[in-house]
Amino acid sequence: MSDITVTRSNLVFGRPSLIARGGRAVVLGAACLAVILPFIAVISTSLASQEEISRAGGFVFWVTDPTFDAYRAVLSGGVVTRSVIVSLGIAGVGTALSVLCTIGLAYALSRTSMYAQKPMLLAVLFTLLFSPGMIPMYLVVKQLGLIDSYWALILPVLINAFNVIVMREFFLDLPAELMESAKIDGAGEFLVLTRIVLPLSKAVIAVIALFYAVAYWNSFFNALLYINSPEKWPLQLVLRTYVVNETPMGVDDLAMEGSSLPPQVAIQMAILLISVLPMLIVYPFIQKHFTKGLLIGGVKG
Amino acid sequence: MTETIKDRAKASGPNRTRGPRSPGSATGKPKRPSPNANRTALARIKRDRMLLLLALPGMAVVAIFHYFPLLGNVIAFQNFQPFLGISQSEWVGLDNFDVIFNGDPRFLNALANTLIITLIQVLFVFPLPLALALLLNSVLSERVKRGVQSVLYLPHFLSWVIVVALFQQVLGNAGMLNTFFREHDMATFSIIGVPELFKLLITSQVIWKDTGWGTIIFLAALSRVDMNLYEAAAMDGAGAWRRTWHITLPAVRSVFILLLILRLGDALTVGFEQIVLQQGAVGKAASEVLDTYVYNNGIVGGNWGTSAAVGLVKGVVGVVLVLGANKLAHVFGERGVYSR
Repeated sequence: MSDITVTRSNLVFGRPSLIARGGRAVVLGAACLAVILPFIAVISTSLASQEEISRAGGFVFWVTDPTFDAYRAVLSGGVVTRSVIVSLGIAGVGTALSVLCTIGLAYALSRTSMYAQKPMLLAVLFTLLFSPGMIPMYLVVKQLGLIDSYWALILPVLINAFNVIVMREFFLDLPAELMESAKIDGAGEFLVLTRIVLPLSKAVIAVIALFYAVAYWNSFFNALLYINSPEKWPLQLVLRTYVVNETPMGVDDLAMEGSSLPPQVAIQMAILLISVLPMLIVYPFIQKHFTKGLLIGGVKG
Repeated sequence: MTETIKDRAKASGPNRTRGPRSPGSATGKPKRPSPNANRTALARIKRDRMLLLLALPGMAVVAIFHYFPLLGNVIAFQNFQPFLGISQSEWVGLDNFDVIFNGDPRFLNALANTLIITLIQVLFVFPLPLALALLLNSVLSERVKRGVQSVLYLPHFLSWVIVVALFQQVLGNAGMLNTFFREHDMATFSIIGVPELFKLLITSQVIWKDTGWGTIIFLAALSRVDMNLYEAAAMDGAGAWRRTWHITLPAVRSVFILLLILRLGDALTVGFEQIVLQQGAVGKAASEVLDTYVYNNGIVGGNWGTSAAVGLVKGVVGVVLVLGANKLAHVFGERGVYSR
C-alpha cells in the first residue's frame, strides 16, 4: 500500500527535495495546530479553578488540577441546561423528519418514469438558484402562526435541495437490476425502497443525516428571527448572549445552590465546549463516509 | 433556461465532476419502450400513487417555504404595515426602490461593504482550498493525509456563533494570545472590535472555518487523474512543475470554474450570521452589508417595504449573476453549472 502511494506521489511531483518536504510539513502542521490549539485552551480553561485562572492571568493552556465545577454549574438545571435540551430536541426531531422527507423525495425523483417527475425535479433544482428573501420568509412563518414556536426552526429548513440532489444521485447509481428483479417478484415501490434501496444507502444516509443535524444544531439566525421568549432559546442563542456578548452568568441563570460561582471564563468555556461536544462525538464515525457519500453527488453547493 | 436545467437533470447531475460512468450505470442503460406510452395522466397518477405519496411531504415543504414566500415580495411595492397585512396595505408603486436608485447613504454603505468583502474573499479566500488540496495531494503517506484532512474538515461543522466566540477568546484584547504575550512581557495587539480591521477579521474567520472543507472537492477531482498521464509525461522528460501545469491543474480547472461561478452568483451575499454576531462591537459603518441592512432596516427597524425592495433587487441580481457567469463559462468553453 505505502509503496503504491510513494510511487504515485513521486510521479505527481517528482522526488521531493528535503526543503519541499520540510516546508510542506510546516504548513500542514501549522494549519492543524490552528484548529487544535484553541480547543485545547478551551478545554483546559473550562476545567481550571479560580486560583489557576488568576495565576495564568485569564486563560489556562494546560490545566494541572482539573475541576468539573463549571460543568456542574451550567448543567445543574439553569439556562444552559434548558437550551441544551431544546437544541437536542430540535436537532433530533428535525433530523429525523428531514431525513425521512429527503429519502422519500429523492427516491421518487430518482424514478424517471414517475408522473410529473421532471417538473418536480426542476422545482427542487430551482430552489438552489434563488432564495425568497428574509422578509417574505418572515411573513410566511408569521402568517402560519409559527412565531415563537419550535416548528419555526424545523419546517422552513426541513428540505435542503442540495441534500435531495446528492441522495437522488446516489439512488440513481444503484444497480437498476436489483430493483427490477424485486418488482418482478411482486414488491411495490415502498418495499423496494425499504428492503433494497435503503440497506444499500447507509453511507449516504449517514452523511445527509449529519448535514441536517449539524444545520439544526448550529441554527442561530432563524432562532434569533423567530423565537422571542428567552426561555425557549436554543443553545446557539445562549452561547451568543453569554459567550460572544459576555453577559455574566448569575446565580439565577445557573440555578445553583450556594454562592460560590465557578469563574466566569471557565463557565464560558464550558458552554462553548458543550456546544461543540455532540459534533466531536459524531464526527469521527461519519467522517470516513464523506468522500464516499458526498462526492458521488458531485458538487458541493 | 428551463431547457438547460432540464438537460442537466436528464444527464443526472454534474457529470463533469465525476469519472466516466460505467456502461451499465443508470444513465447509460439501453433505451426501452417508455412505460408511459398510451396511458392517461389519471392512470399514471394511480399507478405512481406510492411514489407521489413519498414525494408529497418534501414537495409540500418546497412549495410552502421556497415558492409561496416569493409572493410576499409584493410588499416591495407597498407601504406595508404588519397590522394591516398585504391585502390592506397601501400600494406605492416603485417608491420603495428610491433607496436604491436615489442612493440612500445607508444603502450605499451596505452595498460598498458587501462588494469590498466579496472582492477580498474572491481574491484571497477562494484560491486557498485549491492550494491546500495540491499540498495535501503531494503528501506521501496516506495515513498522514487522512489525519490532516480529518482535523482540517472539522471547523466547517462549527456554527458561526462558536467560530466568533473562539476568535474572541483567542485573539481578543483579554484573549489567550494577548494573555500569553502579557505574561511574557511582549507587546499585545488588538484586532477584535477594531472597525478598520473588521474585514480582515471576518476574512480570516472564513479562511479558518472553510478552507479545509473546500479541499474535499478538489481532492476528489485530483484522485481521478489517470496515473498513466504522469508516467507518460515523466517518460517524455516533463519535470515536476510541467506535470503540475499540464496534468494536475487542467484536472481541477472545470471544478474551479464551477465553484467560481457559484461564488460570483453569491457576490451580494456575504457571511450574514457571522456579521450580525459581530456588528455590535464595530458599528454599522464598517460592518453593514446588504443582508444585515435588510434585517436591521426591515425586521428590526420596521421599514418593511424598502427592505423587501432591497432584498428583491438583491435576489434578482443574484440570479442574473449566476446566469451571466455561466454564460461566460460557456464562452470560454467550460460547461458551467448547467449545460446548454
